[in-house]
Amino acid sequence: MQGAEYQGAEWMRYVRVFGTFARNSLVRDMTFRANFVIECLSSLGWTLMNVGFYLIIFQFTGSIGEDTGWDRERFFLFLATTWFINSIVQAFFMPNAEEFSELIRTGGLDFALLKPIDTQFLISFRRVSWSSLANFLAGMVIAGVALTRLATREVDPHIPTLASSILYVLFCMCGIAIMYSLMICLSATSIWLGRNQTLYNFWFYITNFSRYPMEIYNRGWGTPLYGFFTFIVPVLVVVNVPARLLAKPIDPRTSEEWMLVGWALVATLMSVLFSRWVFRRALGSYRSASS
Amino acid sequence: MATATPSVDPSDMHHAVEQTWGGRVRVWRKIFSTALSERLVYRGDFALGTLMRFLPIVTQIFLWWAIYDSIAASEAAESTGSLTADSSALPQAANENRADAVQIGGFGFRDMVAYYLLTMLARAFSSMPGLASGIAQQIREGEIKRYLIQPIDLISFLLINRVAHKVAYYAIAIAPFGLVFFLCRDYFVAGFPPPHLFIAFLGSLVMGFLIGFFLEAAIGMIGFWFLEVSSLLFLYMLFSFFLSGHMFPISLLPDGIEWVVNLLPLKYLAYFPAAVFLGKIPDEDLPMEMAIEAAWLVFFIVICRWSYSRGVARYSGYGG
Repeated sequence: MQGAEYQGAEWMRYVRVFGTFARNSLVRDMTFRANFVIECLSSLGWTLMNVGFYLIIFQFTGSIGEDTGWDRERFFLFLATTWFINSIVQAFFMPNAEEFSELIRTGGLDFALLKPIDTQFLISFRRVSWSSLANFLAGMVIAGVALTRLATREVDPHIPTLASSILYVLFCMCGIAIMYSLMICLSATSIWLGRNQTLYNFWFYITNFSRYPMEIYNRGWGTPLYGFFTFIVPVLVVVNVPARLLAKPIDPRTSEEWMLVGWALVATLMSVLFSRWVFRRALGSYRSASS
Repeated sequence: MATATPSVDPSDMHHAVEQTWGGRVRVWRKIFSTALSERLVYRGDFALGTLMRFLPIVTQIFLWWAIYDSIAASEAAESTGSLTADSSALPQAANENRADAVQIGGFGFRDMVAYYLLTMLARAFSSMPGLASGIAQQIREGEIKRYLIQPIDLISFLLINRVAHKVAYYAIAIAPFGLVFFLCRDYFVAGFPPPHLFIAFLGSLVMGFLIGFFLEAAIGMIGFWFLEVSSLLFLYMLFSFFLSGHMFPISLLPDGIEWVVNLLPLKYLAYFPAAVFLGKIPDEDLPMEMAIEAAWLVFFIVICRWSYSRGVARYSGYGG
């Protein structure tokens, strides 16, 4: 009983610390308000451009891929899912991962190691980039428009059920966890390499694959890629699984599709555990840069 | 004008002597070789980075493959009606031929992939990372005074620097570029373009580089009037990414927008060289298009020079 209570108090402590981090970041962001607005506008501009690009594509085609069912409304739901997941990753984890390689280079990690709190927690949640959440709002707008049009269109209308909405949120969180794990693994490499400047680029190139329906890779010379990014580095399930749960009828589905959903759960668990293991290994071989 | 008041002393006489053509060329060569060796320091990291930059092309290939397939499928469905069920039973080769026949905005599937590869090349010429923001920063921090005192012209100094950086870039990037183009040679359906197109292509690349340079330098000169240009620069980059053809061929745009975009100079940064190489610009239009590009180039040179001299006239530098 006492153990449970202790665990609860410990958990609350982490929540409180995170609250402080978030507040501090907000204060910091609000100090440079014009900059904050510009950052929000710039990510919204990028969103607009993407929406424009796909609108142009759907002028020529009815769907992305033959018989995949990713027509315009459904694909925009997919896009919104990408936006939700990416905005959360960029708001909460990206600034920290970037700072982490600096901490190693300057020896600032020493101080993080001394703090009476889990080191991975400390370095993953220290900063929150509030302006990145502008894209979350943009995602909500895209999703809202796409859902309305999907529900009211004449041909093949679709209204997601409550169950699929709940599953959607759950698997979006799984997707975020996978992305977070990947990022922790990438930033842990900077302990070994000393500095990892191309972190952001590498991240962009890998997650680039997750931005489209996975069916399109499963052909010709794409099959190895499809396998690799589904089972080894599971970035393809990050957006695909939740988006499909929301955008397509939950029934009927083939057992293969359900296996993919199951795999997403397993992959999430394995990624989190693996990244934790990699991070601890990396910390073990950390040699301070200071003094 | 800078508050520094040059007094006449023998070293100024020396500078005056330097202002001959021979002296100038010597200065240019020095700037060039310094910038070149500066760039060649991190070559290994850099070659790898260039190769990785092609990874998004892989996604693009599959995206467009899927798009062309679904267009082909729906067209086949329209023309054959009930026969659609059979089309999936066709051998793979026939299926691919079917997708090859589809064109959007004048581009077939293979053209589209070739197009993205070529725009990578065009952007390698025309993109000027940090040029405008660098100029604005030099103005803000007062470093620009250097160019007002020393017998070096700011714009030509920056231009030679850029040329050197680009030369260093190609010296190393030619290997990854060559590898990728070799691997993707099948996507170039028409093969190598005829000589006149290839010359026009090279010309458009060089002019694209110069337009990119003078356009961005002119944006940097705005720093004389507004100290902070980063938001303006961002706006430009956004438009340029979308309207230069970097994201997709601008011939895909709806007709009502396409003609406006065609009037803008942004297309010379990415779309135009690629379209020339792929033979998408009709032969009879080509000379006129090249002339328009040259006219834009002259326009930006004039704008850049003019805004620099106006900017310097209102510039005041304090302290030292």
